[in-house]
Amino acid sequence: MSVAAATYRSRLRPADILRVGALGLRTRRLRTGLSTLGVAIGIAAMVGVLGLSASSREELQTRIRALGTNLLELQAGQGFGRGTQTLPADAVKMVRRIGPVTAVSSIATVNATVRRTDAISEGINGGITVFAADADLLTTLNASLADGTWLDNATSAYPAVVLGSVAAQKLGIVDVADELRVRIGEDWFAVIGILNPVAAAEGLDRGAIIGIDAAQTYVTGADIAPERIYVRTQDGAIDAVRTVLPPTVNPETPEEVEATRPSDALAAEDAASTAFTSLFLGLGAVALLVGGIGIANVMVIAVIERRSEIGLRRALGATKAHIRRQFLTEAILLAGAGGVVGVSLGAAVTAIYASTKHWKVVVPPIAIGGGVVAALAIGAIAGLYPAARAARLPPTEALRGN
Amino acid sequence: MNIFGPGRAESLALELIDVVKEYDGEPPVRALDSVSLEVQHGELAAIVGPSGSGKSTLLHIIGTLDRPTSGIVRVAGVDTSEMSDRQLSGVRSHLIGFVFQSFFLLEGMTAVDNVANGLLYRGKSLVDRRDAAAEALRRVGLGQRLTHTPSQMSGGERQRVAIARAIVNRPSIVLADEPTGNLDSRSGGAVLDLLRELHAEGRTILIITHDRELAASLPRRVSMRDGSIESVEPEAVGATR
Repeated sequence: MSVAAATYRSRLRPADILRVGALGLRTRRLRTGLSTLGVAIGIAAMVGVLGLSASSREELQTRIRALGTNLLELQAGQGFGRGTQTLPADAVKMVRRIGPVTAVSSIATVNATVRRTDAISEGINGGITVFAADADLLTTLNASLADGTWLDNATSAYPAVVLGSVAAQKLGIVDVADELRVRIGEDWFAVIGILNPVAAAEGLDRGAIIGIDAAQTYVTGADIAPERIYVRTQDGAIDAVRTVLPPTVNPETPEEVEATRPSDALAAEDAASTAFTSLFLGLGAVALLVGGIGIANVMVIAVIERRSEIGLRRALGATKAHIRRQFLTEAILLAGAGGVVGVSLGAAVTAIYASTKHWKVVVPPIAIGGGVVAALAIGAIAGLYPAARAARLPPTEALRGN
Repeated sequence: MNIFGPGRAESLALELIDVVKEYDGEPPVRALDSVSLEVQHGELAAIVGPSGSGKSTLLHIIGTLDRPTSGIVRVAGVDTSEMSDRQLSGVRSHLIGFVFQSFFLLEGMTAVDNVANGLLYRGKSLVDRRDAAAEALRRVGLGQRLTHTPSQMSGGERQRVAIARAIVNRPSIVLADEPTGNLDSRSGGAVLDLLRELHAEGRTILIITHDRELAASLPRRVSMRDGSIESVEPEAVGATR
């Protein structure tokens, strides 16, 4: 008998397990499509959420990198009874004495309008603000020029202006090659440079920046007190510097000086979006679970419907294990197809949304791999019970009802 | 194992000794009562009886789809009485071919692939299975229908595909359960003719039927009634070829 058992053994090749498992999917296409959809939606939601949050985080990181995390911004707080919001005139000088400070620069708004010609009324400012800044501003802010040159010690004292990116657009100035001039207040200023968008101080994009000396000489005729001071520190020293800045700038009433870190706002935005990411991931997981239950349901129905096929296969020599593997494979293939569709869908959603926002498209590899693996796992779990049921079916009973 | 040549058991395609099958119940239902039967290689025989006579139970036990409560079942000399479910599957894949009343062809598969399924659980490669399947289909006269699906074929053609599937693994015994039950008399006659031809080539074929007229046309008849063998005609188990 042992000889016979060894001679007459049922065998099913691994490639045939796959073929047999795919058969039910090929012959019932609509049902396959619909039950795949459940898992696909769940996976697409999760991949989409991961992709979008990764893309937006990448965008934030880019902006934070552009800002630098070692930048501090100082301005006069809303002190009691203080109308003008300016800092003490020697504030920049005082800050520069703090050891770990690597760069300091101040700006102040100048009450004047910018016009292309003197034919335009002085009352129309076109939404452009005139700033008086010192020559260090460009390096302190990590800003860069689209065209021309920045103010230097010489041009700071003369009627020369550098335009912010939006301001240049509004004035219709593309580059500095034409040696154009604009009218600021009562005088003509030569346009010597145009800035790229400035991440650290977005107000500068709508600004026309002139030297402090030039502002005093040509526009206000009086001393200009700094309104806002930007401070770059050594990397480790930011907190220490932040603590000593207000008393340094205004020893009498340090509480009236506000020191903020622009990158903190972006980091907070990042943290907020992370909270939403976990929420949506949870929703995606619920959708995936529902999809898995759908697959289990479809597989249970398939086992009931295909009793005679199970009986036939047992008659042809299939073992219980062969039947179990067939239905398990079918469930895994169903869910796996849903996973592949879901990952592509999620990646496509990410790509479309990110490109409308002009973000770099980032779909984390872990979301792609994890999405497919999660779908396969869901399929295996969903197929476990129906497959066991199919295998348990006695061949005589399976062959009876047809 | 026998130096004087094959033993008596090994010369038989099928041997049943005192086979009893009881189903659980109060009192237990005895579907087969002490059935003994010998079928030699190359026989064509009918197991005939009215419904409820136990012939379906007998078919299941001969086909190793079910195990007897007691008694011995030998297929081609192999005692299957004590085998595990997995071992019985192995016996079916190697020694037995089934033909069913309602064909049991898989929709969405060509005739060749349906017949190739007869070798699926033998672990042969797809190419080998298809080659053997095409040969078997040509043998049953369906050489022109290789790539047709069951829905594109008539009932008689479908049953011939099923017969090709039953012989593709060169079994020791072919069990045909009411093979003409779903067919009109003309295609039924053609299917019977095909089974007779296969018998003439030396195959062992058992036809299970309630049709006494059909049974009468076969060389040997085993009549069943109430779970027992009523008569075996002719009594002598001579070579019927």
